[in-house]
Amino acid sequence: MLTFDNMRITQGDFSLSADFTVQGGEILAVIGPSGGGKSTLLNVVAGFLEPTQGRVLWNDLDMAGMPPGERPVSILFQDNNLFPHLTVTQNVGLGLRPDLRLSAEQITQVDAALERVGLGGYGTRKPAALSGGQQSRVALARMLLRGNPLVLLDEPFAALGPALKGEMLELVSELMGESGATLMMVSHDPEDAKRIAGQTVLVAQGLAHAPVETGEIFKNPPEALRAYLGDMKSI
Amino acid sequence: MADRTFKITPLIWAGFGAILFLLALIILPLMALLWRAETPAALGAADLAAVRFTLLQATLSAGISVALAVPVARALARRRFFGRGLLITLLGAPFILPVIVAVLGLLAVFGRGGIFSEMLGWIGLPPVHIYGLHGVVLAHVFFNLPLATRLILHGWLSIPAERFRLAASLGFGPRDVARVLEWPMLRSILPGAFMVIFLICMTSFAVALALGGGPKATTVELAIYQAFRFDFDLGRAALLAGVQFAMGAVAAGVMLWVSVPHAMGAGLDRTVERWDDAAGWLDALLLVVAALFLIVPLGMILIDGLPYVLSLPTSVYTAAGRSLVVALMSMALSTGLGLLLALLVVRLQRGAVLVETIGYVTLAASPLVIGAGLFILLFPVVDPVALALPITALVNAAMSLPFALRALVPAVREVEGTYGRLADSLAMNGWVRMKLVLWPRLRRPLGFSAGLAAALSMGDLGVIALFSDPDRATLPLQMYRLMSAYRMDQAAGAAVLLLGMSLFLFWIFDRGGRADADV
Repeated sequence: MLTFDNMRITQGDFSLSADFTVQGGEILAVIGPSGGGKSTLLNVVAGFLEPTQGRVLWNDLDMAGMPPGERPVSILFQDNNLFPHLTVTQNVGLGLRPDLRLSAEQITQVDAALERVGLGGYGTRKPAALSGGQQSRVALARMLLRGNPLVLLDEPFAALGPALKGEMLELVSELMGESGATLMMVSHDPEDAKRIAGQTVLVAQGLAHAPVETGEIFKNPPEALRAYLGDMKSI
Repeated sequence: MADRTFKITPLIWAGFGAILFLLALIILPLMALLWRAETPAALGAADLAAVRFTLLQATLSAGISVALAVPVARALARRRFFGRGLLITLLGAPFILPVIVAVLGLLAVFGRGGIFSEMLGWIGLPPVHIYGLHGVVLAHVFFNLPLATRLILHGWLSIPAERFRLAASLGFGPRDVARVLEWPMLRSILPGAFMVIFLICMTSFAVALALGGGPKATTVELAIYQAFRFDFDLGRAALLAGVQFAMGAVAAGVMLWVSVPHAMGAGLDRTVERWDDAAGWLDALLLVVAALFLIVPLGMILIDGLPYVLSLPTSVYTAAGRSLVVALMSMALSTGLGLLLALLVVRLQRGAVLVETIGYVTLAASPLVIGAGLFILLFPVVDPVALALPITALVNAAMSLPFALRALVPAVREVEGTYGRLADSLAMNGWVRMKLVLWPRLRRPLGFSAGLAAALSMGDLGVIALFSDPDRATLPLQMYRLMSAYRMDQAAGAAVLLLGMSLFLFWIFDRGGRADADV
């Protein structure tokens, strides 16, 4: 359970508030206009930004002051999710040991994770030798091994074509189902939300609204969402 | 991310340690000299003459270099020809060329018996006077014309091609292009280029040692050397050191203020496409003369020296071995200090500029002052002559530090910007982050800095001259001795060896950083 307790972050002119709870195991889409604060919200959870006031809790754990690497959180960024000088196995192995001193058993775990995302046998390659979709799969395999109960996706599939992006979202949703982790996923595309997210958070004008049933919010969009979606009746 | 609380890791501590070390290295020797100066000396007439000569030769050298570089850079910018890339690469070479080697090459061309003087003789003119102001300025122009050309060429190529196209469509002639496009660019580049060269020439020692001297052609740096080495007049050495430091600080301050353009920038292989006509033969003539000015002295050394490289006195080869050790020590120190400072500068949220500035202060500090000061500090404890080589390596490292910082600070910033959050999110901190993220991503700039530091140290003739112990001579010093003894064939042989070793050191480290690097 992720709780934003009266959280507020101010950066110069910009400020973002959130005060709601996300149930464990939920798949949550975060949508809204660019510059509205979607990434800021994720960065606060990940620990790259500290709230100016209020708290962010995972279950009963107040995460204030915890460095990003020690939080029960895995995050995939828009780009640069892999180190280009490390092999696929090493990139995935970082999820088990940040110093890469992997035991034989851990190497087996890495291989199994690669197998699970459909990249069995790709371990010795470097990221440059993979397609965009395959690179995303490597990052997902690492996320799988980290085994954190909270996963954040900051539009990591934005550069992929529609079909490939759909494939990735399916894979993510499967993996979440298997691990029971909670997912927060930033997206520009309402289709992404509708495809896998049970609930949706709208972030606009400095406020992260409490999550609403995804089907519900698009059927009957609030004013701020309507302004963002524009005249898209068919959605 | 700026909002994260700043954590003091061991690497940050080491960075602060490096800063303290540098400050101590700059300040303590100066204080030691002042402390040991028994009589409160005043600047004598000879010292004032040295100050005047230093400023005069630096002004002339910088002025002539920049003035000649403008047409050469323009010709390079607008002409495409076979060997252009090679010529531009060659323009970068004097930077790692040992000063004493170049001096020998210039003597072979412009000296009393040099080929140029001989050619003047054919038309009944007297030979060039290479010793004194002429020679010092000539050598400085030889070194800095290429640097100035690269700086200005960079400026030319930074004018967007669209502007030239627009100028053509508006029917601009060469004069209009110069007024509207080129002059504003030059006005922003030239002051910085002038100041860099002024500073380099002001602190130059080896050129003055070899070609200057005498009451009319002594620089402050050379006067410090003479006061220390021949008269052991510490009071005067200290006073001159203070003068040199003050002049350096003022010049460096002006330099920071006018902001120096980048010379290391890539992308000089482009030409500017333009449509206004200009005389092609004039550009060609300019480029040929400039290329000959650079190539002939080096060619003369090769011609004179190659036959002797393998049959030099043993003392030359042992000196070469010593120089190699000094170069490697200096390389390790300079790169290590540079990396620590770069990490600190990138991590610091406040005071980063100050830290970076301290790293650059060594540009203004005088190697001879540091060397002489260390000599005095060490004297009560240990025989400083025994430490001549480590001291030389240390001072060389401090002198090449600004170049290491110039390469490393942007590189560290880039790596942290691109992969810092990923490493944070995976809890890759401290040593692990160093080994798995920074080291592999920084190999190129590290290799470049290491190669530069090694080559600069290999060719340096400065601090080591203070100690001047035959058993501890480096290769440049040994070569200078051969020149002073008029054994020019052997000196040329040693020059070829020195040149080869400097270029090889640069090449091997720079290459090591590039090999097998993933983009």
